[in-house]
Amino acid sequence: MKKRALIPILYIAFLMLPIYWLVAMSFKTTNEILSGFSLFPQSFTLENYATIFTDPTWYWGYINSILYVSLNTVISLAVALPAAYAFSRYRFLGDKTLFFWLLTNRMAPAAVFALPFFQLYSAVGLFDTHIAVALAHCLFNIPLAVWILEGFMSGVPKELDETAYVDGYSFPHFFVTIFVPTIKAGVGVAAFFCFMFSWVELLLAKTLTSVNAKPIAAEMTKTASSAGYELGLLAAAGTLTIIPGAIVIYFVRNYIAKGFALGRV
Amino acid sequence: MKTQNQKAWYFVLPVLLLVAFNALIPMMTVVNYSVQETFGNNVFFWEGLRWFEELLNSDRFHAALGRQFLFTGLILLIEVPLGIIIALSMPRKGPWVPVCLILMALPMLIPWNVVGAMWNIFTLPDIGLLGYLMNTTLGIDYDMTQSPFAAWATIITMDVWHWTSLVVLLSYAGLVSIPDAYYQAAKIDGASPFKVFRYIQLPKMKQVLTIAILLRFMDSFNIYTEVFVLTGGGPGNSTTLLSIDLVKIALGQFDLGPAAAMSLIYFAITLLVSWLFYTLMTKDDAK
Amino acid sequence: MAKITLSKLRHSYMPNPTSPDDYALKEIDLDWSDGGAYALLGPSGCGKSTLLNIISGLLEPSEGQILFDGKDVTALPPDQRNIAQVFQFPVIYDTMTVFDNLAFPLRNRGVDEARVQRRVSEIATMLEVTDLLGTKAAGLSPDNKQKISMGRGLVRDDVNVVMFDEPLTVIDPHLKWKLRSKLKELHQKVRATMIYVTHDQTEALTFADQVVVMQDGEIVQIGTPVELFERPAHTFVGHFIGSPGMNVLAAEMRDGGAFLNGHHIALEGAVTAQDGTPQIGVRPEFVRIGDTGLPATVRKVSDIGRHSVIEAMVGDTSVKAITEGAVPEQGADVHLQFQQDQTRLYRDGWLATEGAAS
Repeated sequence: MKKRALIPILYIAFLMLPIYWLVAMSFKTTNEILSGFSLFPQSFTLENYATIFTDPTWYWGYINSILYVSLNTVISLAVALPAAYAFSRYRFLGDKTLFFWLLTNRMAPAAVFALPFFQLYSAVGLFDTHIAVALAHCLFNIPLAVWILEGFMSGVPKELDETAYVDGYSFPHFFVTIFVPTIKAGVGVAAFFCFMFSWVELLLAKTLTSVNAKPIAAEMTKTASSAGYELGLLAAAGTLTIIPGAIVIYFVRNYIAKGFALGRV
Repeated sequence: MKTQNQKAWYFVLPVLLLVAFNALIPMMTVVNYSVQETFGNNVFFWEGLRWFEELLNSDRFHAALGRQFLFTGLILLIEVPLGIIIALSMPRKGPWVPVCLILMALPMLIPWNVVGAMWNIFTLPDIGLLGYLMNTTLGIDYDMTQSPFAAWATIITMDVWHWTSLVVLLSYAGLVSIPDAYYQAAKIDGASPFKVFRYIQLPKMKQVLTIAILLRFMDSFNIYTEVFVLTGGGPGNSTTLLSIDLVKIALGQFDLGPAAAMSLIYFAITLLVSWLFYTLMTKDDAK
Repeated sequence: MAKITLSKLRHSYMPNPTSPDDYALKEIDLDWSDGGAYALLGPSGCGKSTLLNIISGLLEPSEGQILFDGKDVTALPPDQRNIAQVFQFPVIYDTMTVFDNLAFPLRNRGVDEARVQRRVSEIATMLEVTDLLGTKAAGLSPDNKQKISMGRGLVRDDVNVVMFDEPLTVIDPHLKWKLRSKLKELHQKVRATMIYVTHDQTEALTFADQVVVMQDGEIVQIGTPVELFERPAHTFVGHFIGSPGMNVLAAEMRDGGAFLNGHHIALEGAVTAQDGTPQIGVRPEFVRIGDTGLPATVRKVSDIGRHSVIEAMVGDTSVKAITEGAVPEQGADVHLQFQQDQTRLYRDGWLATEGAAS
């Protein structure tokens, strides 16, 4: 084995350590955790997971998260696809300004928007709904999706469009049946990043929900308050939040690196 | 060549409406708050630029801003070179590549408060893996609820753990796009490994590195959840970054006016620095 | 500069090759003499790039040796072999100026700056890029980029060999011709050993003094362009070189002679091999339409400018002929005459008749 392979191996080991600790702790009983240090679970238990899967407030948190994240991914892609097409194919009044303005929204600290968002969504009667969180996350996901998709679309020669029009395709027909399948790798990458940023964001999600649409990650804060300090339960819930991300990343593993390489500055 | 077509606006309209709804209305609310004072009950008094003046002269703001820049500066200094080194030492192809990529991307897909909680569990002095190792095995006094230095070391390590992979993935994307012929030509030209890096790899990575540095700047400058969950801004105010201070003022003390003014200044600084980065890093291409 | 000897060279990309088919290069013994202009010609995937990379040291052969002037360099890395290589796609260092690009191989070897200046300006003059020396290499046109790549190969005057790996692939047709004649001119000026890899016969034949033709990891013939044309040692060479290629016709051997569709065909000389599938090879240039000879029916006539290509059927076998005069009509019955000293027998692909002159 080459010596330089050591660097990625050490780095991955460093990445896995805290994750291992979280997973290990999720299989420990509260007694074991509080009684002292142990590298492996001594009395292996699934009790923490059982608690989560039998308590509706817990597993609904999980379902809520998946619901608004999926909703957000669909909305972001649906509006970003035509917009990215416009940016990659046409020049129009204010196009550059608009593109830059879209990107600046990624720079706005979520903390800045938390309170106004609460007021805005309360005012339009969407507070504590999945759609509210999905729409709010559009703020940073749409610019990103437009950016990534635009990069992929610019890589498709314009002749494809022209050939299709010559062959008598209408624009919507062409766009849905020819163009989008051509850049499906790009759509996958964009979907991945939308999913990712919506899944990991909590500040806005927590601000916009109270009961009905409360995300799993926000649910976790209650382990520290109401039910005392239940580290095992916290660890189990945390472990569960890693799984969807791991599944999604497995599907797009071959495109992640490429997706960024094609995005333009 | 792109065609001039004003109808393209129809394609952009849905994006525009959605983002405007999310960005402009709250932004107007923030601007509105920033020039007023309220004592609750929706009663507001005009204050003009008073909050801005107070803020710009306040030691508390300066200190939080200073900590924010220190944090962002440190993590950029660590993550960017580290990410490049890791990307350079990764295999260019083979069965290990997807394994590496999946494992490396994993931290980025964990909800931010879980990241904070995970590191909290990891670093507990008596029962956390890292805390136990430091205190018991290595005999180093390590408790981030007591020592500001330990707290800083921990939030920096956590961010390196969380986000270095982004730099790795981007640099790696740039690296694999270099054709083999470049490496072969460099070998024949007798170039040293450093020259290969300086004249082949770095130039080819430049575009993706620009993206990486910009994203890392924006996200680290706006970091809130992970640090708040891990340290709560403490011990004392030692890890109270700008965003944590902002939320303390806005939601903790409900001082909407000063919080709004602070938000705007915060946003302006982010924009300005991003713009500077962008201009500096792309100025060669413009020629 | 040096003589390059390849001795019992074999290479396989598999870890444990067993059958001959596992080898990308099958047993090669070859001498490249000092100062020669060689072309390595063959279709894609015939092993010519593998051979090139073995000579340059980018690849270590599974078996055999490479000798430069009798010195074994098989285990040496590329930078210690003193060679230069120009790749299919231009390789330039984007962030450097044209001057720094050309100076790069010299500076890496610690050549003193005065000499660097002199060599770079010499090469720049030869390549006609003197006025570009100060510009950044990133913005150049593809042909100028490839010129700079070539320049980097030529700038060192102590190289053993300069190798070109299909260097004109990305160049526009009208510039191809210019760069090709430039290369020929450069070879005459610098007198370095040059090996030019290509699958394009025109490029190979115009550049080289000696052409090495490869097929399926084997060298099938080495010769001057004229030799390759006039006396192909293998049906592959006959077919690959020339347009259209040599007629390769299934033959029948009886009574010590060769027969095509029942008609006896006169060969250039005595048959030297008795085993293997017999085939008759004759170039279209040496097939004439006459009043007597092999009866055939014209299937197709194509006018390709200066002359016409006639495709005629002798039974089920198609034979091509080139004529400059009047052409028969499609469907007409004609007679074909093979020029005897250019009609050869091949056995399993390899030449199996003695030459008329020798």
